[in-house]
Amino acid sequence: MANHLVLLTAICYGASLAGYIGYLATARRDLGRAATALLAAGIVLHYLALLDRTRWAHTVPYDDLYGSLSLFAWLLAATYLGLELFHRQRSVGAFVLPFVLVVFLLSHGSVGTPVPPPARGPLLALHITLNILGYAAFALSFVLSLIYLIQNRLLRNRHLGSVVWRFPPLEALERMSRSSVLVGLVSLVVGIFFGFLWANRIWGQYWNGDPKEVITLVILVVYAGYLWLGKTKDWRGARASALCVFNFLFVLFSYSIVNLYLSSFHRYF
Amino acid sequence: MEILVVGLNHRTAPVELRERVCFTPEAARRASDELRSSGLLSEMLVLSTCNRSELYGVPPESASESAHSLEQFLASFHQVEPELLGGSLYRRHDREAVRHLFRVAAGLDSMLLGEAEILGQVREAYRVALDYGATGPVLNRMFQSALEVGKRVRSETEIGTRPMSVAFSGVKLAERIFGSLKGHSALILGAGATGEQVVAHLRDRGIARLRVANRSRERARELALRVGAEVVPWDSLEAAVEWPDMIVCSVASPEPVLTRDILQRAMAARSNRSLLVIDLGIPRNVAPEAAELYNIYLYGLDDLTEIVEQNKKAREAEVPRVESIVDEHITRFEAWLASVETGAVLSQLRTRLSLEREALVTEHLRSMSHLSAGDHRAISALMEKLLDRVLLDPAERLKGVRDLRRKLQNLEALRDLFGLDRESH
Repeated sequence: MANHLVLLTAICYGASLAGYIGYLATARRDLGRAATALLAAGIVLHYLALLDRTRWAHTVPYDDLYGSLSLFAWLLAATYLGLELFHRQRSVGAFVLPFVLVVFLLSHGSVGTPVPPPARGPLLALHITLNILGYAAFALSFVLSLIYLIQNRLLRNRHLGSVVWRFPPLEALERMSRSSVLVGLVSLVVGIFFGFLWANRIWGQYWNGDPKEVITLVILVVYAGYLWLGKTKDWRGARASALCVFNFLFVLFSYSIVNLYLSSFHRYF
Repeated sequence: MEILVVGLNHRTAPVELRERVCFTPEAARRASDELRSSGLLSEMLVLSTCNRSELYGVPPESASESAHSLEQFLASFHQVEPELLGGSLYRRHDREAVRHLFRVAAGLDSMLLGEAEILGQVREAYRVALDYGATGPVLNRMFQSALEVGKRVRSETEIGTRPMSVAFSGVKLAERIFGSLKGHSALILGAGATGEQVVAHLRDRGIARLRVANRSRERARELALRVGAEVVPWDSLEAAVEWPDMIVCSVASPEPVLTRDILQRAMAARSNRSLLVIDLGIPRNVAPEAAELYNIYLYGLDDLTEIVEQNKKAREAEVPRVESIVDEHITRFEAWLASVETGAVLSQLRTRLSLEREALVTEHLRSMSHLSAGDHRAISALMEKLLDRVLLDPAERLKGVRDLRRKLQNLEALRDLFGLDRESH
């Protein structure tokens, strides 16, 4: 059952990606609508697959690379869908879906024998889910800022190809990126709050000096910095977008090196 | 069933001739009343715009040479010498007539490839003709399909999306940067013709605030009044530049009006909010070095012309896709037409055969007195079954769209063979 769900999810995401690329290449609205519908279907199937796994582990699947990455892909897809519907811009899908698809496939390529998590509880589950949602939102803002930089370069150099007419307007890209970062920040702050509560319950202290805790605070600061600088005279526009792209390096660092080698108890999220 | 179009357009006729053959709505009505009461056409519709005048019609089944009569009618209706008109007219029949209308609705036959106005004109012409009952089932279906083609083409292809004029390109560029112009503002310097077109488009796209400035106060006021803008005095130009999201310049001046320094100060004062500068002046009104300033997007006349060229090519590249949508709808329309015709012929055949059977039975069975009434019924039923099996069942196979052309020929043969009346349906 679970394998079928995984396969179906991958097919939906893959077909959705094809639809988004087709939409960007030809500007056919029916393709775009199909891509969105397929994405929504993929998100539902992916949710069922996660649910299947949750039933088995009796908690949100986070305690192995599989769960963490899969959850990340799901939250990224869901956040993007929300953003697309909210801002009524579809042409970015072709750039977000590859991330969703690759992370989703990675998560299933890496599936070993799953181990039930040693500790569980709603506090911890909320902490993890919200933090991963934060990362997903930052990933989204990364893609949006990247597109901003491309679009801006094309417009500044007056070399308009076809894509300039199909990408969202610069200001829309900026708004989308900022709202995405805002979502990321809020969920990260709330997630960290739950993390501290959990730490206090388990170890009797809020702060454990884990490298993951440090890097997460750094991430908070750099993204808050982006939101603030993006409105100032010297950073407004392309520079803020470049900063947003750069900031994502911290997230990547936190998600890879810190998780795998530095942190003592944050293993996969 | 025949479908006809006779007409002329911007490709075949010069504007003087097109003007003479133009139909006002009320002339169109008169023409269609005349044509229908004279029995020349049973359904008809006039499509007349500044680029084309076309008569679409379905002649009654018995009519022949309808195209020729229509041409004569056009000449006499507009009092144009037939020789003068003849060379400019095109005539299309059946599938090609349908194709012509669909291509017109798709904007493929327009002077400006893919323009959208024609679709509204087709819709209006159809509505008017429908109102006074000039159309019938065939033209109704044909025009509804044409409107569908027009709609699909504009939503599924890019034939009508990218701007084809310098002025509109400028406005569309602004939308690439700012999105909707509803919350944005523009400053117009000078009063060139293209500049004024830009203003009209800006108003169209709902720009929130418009200001104009001109060396001649009088002309500034004039323009401001015409487009509903405020006037900025020319002396306070430097301050005025700080304020808008977009500046359009077309000033006749040997020197740049907006130097790099002016724009640099303006950008600082507006805290680097993005500024689109469209320079339509010859020689240039804006110093080219200003393009290096952060968050400035500077477009000159040459850039916009280049964009228009690119867009023309992009629209042309969309033509094959549009044609394939047209083809798809032609096939659908023909299938519909064929099903209407097949249905009519089959029901005629059925009536005809049942009459024949009835006649035979009454004529011959009356003399066979040794048969009971039950036998009569049985014989009747047998004959009916026989006819069904050898004639009607095979004829039913003419339904459906596969191999349409051959089937329609067979349908024709069936009509001839059984002398089926063409007028009765």
